[in-house]
Amino acid sequence: MSAPARALAPGRTGSLRASARRVWGLMYRHLALYRRSWPRLVELMYWPVLQMVVWGFVTAYLAGVQHGVGSVAAGVLLGGVLLWEVALRGQMGFSISFLEEVWSRNLGHLFVSPLRPQELVLALMGMSVVRVLVGVVPAVLLAWALYAFGLWRMGPVVVAFFAALLLMGWAVALGVTSLLLRFGAGAEALAWSVLFGITPFAAVFYPVAVLPEWLQPVALALPAAHVFEGMRSALLEGVVAWGHLAWAFGLDALWLGLMGLVFARQLRAARERGALLNIGE
Amino acid sequence: MPRIMHAPLAAPPAILAEHLTKRYRKDAPPAVEDLSFALPRGETWGLLGGNGAGKTTTIAMLLGLLLPTSGRVLCLGHDMARDRFTALARMNFSSPYIALPHRLSVAENLRVYAHLYDVPRAERRIAELAEQLQLTGLLDRPGGELSAGQKTRVALAKALINRPELLLLDEPTASLDPDTGDWVRGWLERYREESGCAILLASHNMGEVERLCSHVLMLRQGRIVDQGSPEALIARYGRDDLEQVFLDIARGRRAAAEAPA
Repeated sequence: MSAPARALAPGRTGSLRASARRVWGLMYRHLALYRRSWPRLVELMYWPVLQMVVWGFVTAYLAGVQHGVGSVAAGVLLGGVLLWEVALRGQMGFSISFLEEVWSRNLGHLFVSPLRPQELVLALMGMSVVRVLVGVVPAVLLAWALYAFGLWRMGPVVVAFFAALLLMGWAVALGVTSLLLRFGAGAEALAWSVLFGITPFAAVFYPVAVLPEWLQPVALALPAAHVFEGMRSALLEGVVAWGHLAWAFGLDALWLGLMGLVFARQLRAARERGALLNIGE
Repeated sequence: MPRIMHAPLAAPPAILAEHLTKRYRKDAPPAVEDLSFALPRGETWGLLGGNGAGKTTTIAMLLGLLLPTSGRVLCLGHDMARDRFTALARMNFSSPYIALPHRLSVAENLRVYAHLYDVPRAERRIAELAEQLQLTGLLDRPGGELSAGQKTRVALAKALINRPELLLLDEPTASLDPDTGDWVRGWLERYREESGCAILLASHNMGEVERLCSHVLMLRQGRIVDQGSPEALIARYGRDDLEQVFLDIARGRRAAAEAPA
């Protein structure tokens, strides 16, 4: 190889810098897509803002009917709506970014590039954060402007709640992506619906104690139930429930580890079946 | 102390496939069976066969996209089962059946792959490829708005972004008009001569294979049933061109040299 050719040759692919560049490369692909498609951007904000408007009126009505208790309940409801959107948007941001690759039939190119599966996952997580910020921040600002409810009322612990729910969203998204690898684009409806199905057990709007006794262990196996118990504790009593927070992060680690293994297994199975070439068909 | 002179070590072949077999289901016949070959560096080889002969399965296994049931593949000396990412950084692939994102512009698409392949001075490389492949005026156009010929040139630019030492091309001139197809073939010939890149080409265009390939692997029902240079195959089957040889093999006829008198 000549000297100029050597100088222009690709760098060592194993280095951390090269790895970060591959993650950025995939994120850049999605950011470029949003730049060229404003309906996609609007869609990111549409549902969280709509949810906030509807629940905002409900809570304004409750606060008007019963002063004192009503305004406390209003805060808990709005806090629940906003934080649950973090988990929903986090999961969808990951799963739909993966689906974008399926829809554009680009997976074959990605999987024959030096992009490692863990880098693919990191890039999808990065896009999930971007989508959560674009989708949830306008709703948070709207809650503050229209209903005088600030998420920051809970104190700095809200950042931990935010992170714990995002991690849970990623764990669910890894499971959804595994199903996409297993069943192809036929499983894509799950990318939108799966977390809605968990809502009743996540104790978003009511305490875990409200659930039937036999259902409570199911709820307590979800990081979200601990986050929302913690949220109510912060809003109603002004106390940080460290125990619930620790459970939330511990369960996040467990579910992420488990779903990571499922994803790795399904990816290998897809390579055995040859599914990566025709997953979008 | 006398100096020990070592003979320069020969570079490993661009592709070494050893007894590759792929069975999609246990009860089904193998899609590829006991496939072995070694593609030397700097040569263009053709992979020929009818629909379902095992070309796509073979290419997918060579790329690590599909795991073989048995056998192994070494690309540029790297075992694709254990060390495929090192090899993948030095090779590339193009197929009309795998798309690039349509909404992204040509430049954005190439930029994505420049990042994925960790290409230094990416913008310079993109400009260079755009000039060579006549894409300069198209860089800001979304991929979905391009003609088939333009898309093929973009796919080639993507495949060359990392200056690959090994290039796998699946029907590189499919759906192109004769003029554009000829231009692509001429370009590939020059690229191989100048870069020393090894190319494995799957094609249904026999004229293309005759022009580009120094050696041809003929596949039928997942097995290599014959191989050799296009000229040697034509002579062995007593035919005028490779298309007739292809038809003989696809229909299970033996070479003239082997046929009973």
